[in-house]
Amino acid sequence: MEAFTEKLILPDIPDLHRIDVYEKHGGYAALRKALAMKPEEVTEEVKKSNLRGRGGACFPTGLKWTFMPKQTDKQKYLCANGDESEPGTFKDRQIFESNPHLFIEGAIITAYAMGINVVYTYIRGEYARWIEMLQKAVDDAYAKGYIGENILGSSFTTQLYLHRGAGAYICGEESALMNSLEGDRGYPRVKPPFPAQNGLWGCPTTINNIETIANIPVIISRGWEWFSKIGEPKQPGTILYGISGHVNKPGVYELPSGTLLTDLIYKHAGGVPGNKKIKAVIPGGSSTKWIRGEQIEGVKMDAESLKAVGTAIGTAGVIVMDEDTDLVSVILRITRFYHHESCGQFTPCREGCGWMEKILKRFQAGEAAPSDLDLLLDVANNIEGNTICALGDAAAWPVQSFIKLFRDELEKKVRGSKPDAAWVPPPHLVSSKP
Amino acid sequence: MFSKENLDTLDGLRVRYPVGKPLVLPALWLAQRQFGWISPEVMKYVAGLLDLPVSHVYGVVTFYTMFNTKPVGKYHLQVCTNVSCLLRGGDRLLDHACGRLNIGKGETTTDNRFTITEVECLGSCGTAPAVQVNDDYHENLSVERLDALLNDLR
Ligand SMILES: Cc1cc2nc3c(=O)[nH]c(=O)nc-3n(C[C@H](O)[C@H](O)[C@H](O)COP(=O)(O)O)c2cc1C
Ligand code: SF4
Ligand code: FES
Repeated sequence: MEAFTEKLILPDIPDLHRIDVYEKHGGYAALRKALAMKPEEVTEEVKKSNLRGRGGACFPTGLKWTFMPKQTDKQKYLCANGDESEPGTFKDRQIFESNPHLFIEGAIITAYAMGINVVYTYIRGEYARWIEMLQKAVDDAYAKGYIGENILGSSFTTQLYLHRGAGAYICGEESALMNSLEGDRGYPRVKPPFPAQNGLWGCPTTINNIETIANIPVIISRGWEWFSKIGEPKQPGTILYGISGHVNKPGVYELPSGTLLTDLIYKHAGGVPGNKKIKAVIPGGSSTKWIRGEQIEGVKMDAESLKAVGTAIGTAGVIVMDEDTDLVSVILRITRFYHHESCGQFTPCREGCGWMEKILKRFQAGEAAPSDLDLLLDVANNIEGNTICALGDAAAWPVQSFIKLFRDELEKKVRGSKPDAAWVPPPHLVSSKP
Repeated sequence: MFSKENLDTLDGLRVRYPVGKPLVLPALWLAQRQFGWISPEVMKYVAGLLDLPVSHVYGVVTFYTMFNTKPVGKYHLQVCTNVSCLLRGGDRLLDHACGRLNIGKGETTTDNRFTITEVECLGSCGTAPAVQVNDDYHENLSVERLDALLNDLR
């Protein structure tokens, strides 16, 4: 089969961020088409396309939409998730910058499909400039009647508002996002109830990632059948792969799902500076499990293929580390991040992340005892699955995989160390769910 | 305390939400822009404006990293040292900035021009290492380019 090379989300069209240019290239035709369909038909189209969420969890988008109640007296809400704070991830920002109207059009169609009249787009606080860019696009779309009352003369009305975060990774977690939007601290909520029943202000709410939403106009205009054939059938479509670290041309590359990791690194991102060997790769943002450099041959970038090698597609943010990298300093930095970002509500995550950081610091300082290796794994294993939200898992997974794949790197730092008698394993780590 | 413009902006946002509480982040952003930081007095003021307990506003302000709870310099250098920046020298940029300005992380120069903060991933991993100065991103930095930037900001 011919390789699919078309760019659907970030096509190379100059000034596409301008509404007139966007319209000239067929923009907002999908909205017109969707408004002529029944809302259920739009949802059905998305369901059949097999689109899966691009926010990290890969949840089938159409299915998620069907969880929203059809008959309800309550207001319904859509939250577009532009918190984009997972280290190694920088794709949604590209959509705001280069193709904001595709996102806006997608958001309105999404709202129409679920009978939603208010859309909030939550964007991380650091993206002040990108919020300005998107706001400009939103204003233009309002002025042209694509958002607001009786959109394009139909009976459908919806508003779209931007809401700026203020620096907190956890607010990308969907329930923390809702708390943050409601004006509280961004603490994740205990689930169930799920957002489709009990979301913003107790009303039915759907949360979707920016890139997920940007795929909707494409599916509506080209049809589910066409879309479902792009890339890997179980997670079809193009993906905005972000590649960073030790490559010659880091950046965002839009390619079909299932693209070979080696193609991404060598063909697209120009290989490793100095032609060095690759020591390790993180495939999908800092929370995904690592891959050893010798094992990247043949690995494809999609949910199923990465699961087969023990990791996940996550946010498709690939981080490459060359042979000279001090891997322990990297895993320590990542662990420090999760410790810093733990919302602190519950013990296993808050304390566990702190312990992992402390133990890794001992390795880094050459002061770790040989038993610290098992202790580290123990702590990670006790965090995984024992937390309210997935941040705990996100912290545990990279550490678990590191110990499995790079035990030698840690052992190297044990040697010659003085045993650390003062530190006793924390007793309540083995305590069950918070 | 708020300028007329800020009061109008805040009022204009009220229609967006069914209740008043979600205005707390927008209000704090306006406050930080007007006053440079969020002092205890500002927290009280915002609480009064939105009819919220001061303790609530305090809880929100301290939860998020971007609200300055003490004054910052004219230029707030927010240096990312997370994984992708680390791999491309973000930690060296931080050390260099601290050395050159002769301050530590979280500190402000005596002339109140610069504050340095170490921050988490800015979403610039593909253009790493990155430093955010106030609202603006500076990317693909090297020690030399950071020096040039600091010269410009003087
Ligand atoms: C700690 C944490 C942080 C997250 N950050 C983000 C984020 O920045 N952006 C995002 O879209 N999803 C993020 N998610 C996933 C969301 O909870 C949610 O699954 C997603 O927004 C749903 O959108 P999708 O179905 O379109 O993928 C995060 C999850 C966790 C546990
Ligand atoms: S897992 Fe961590 S971040 Fe998530 S709710 Fe629990 S303590 Fe908070
Ligand atoms: S790691 Fe520095 S911007 Fe992402």
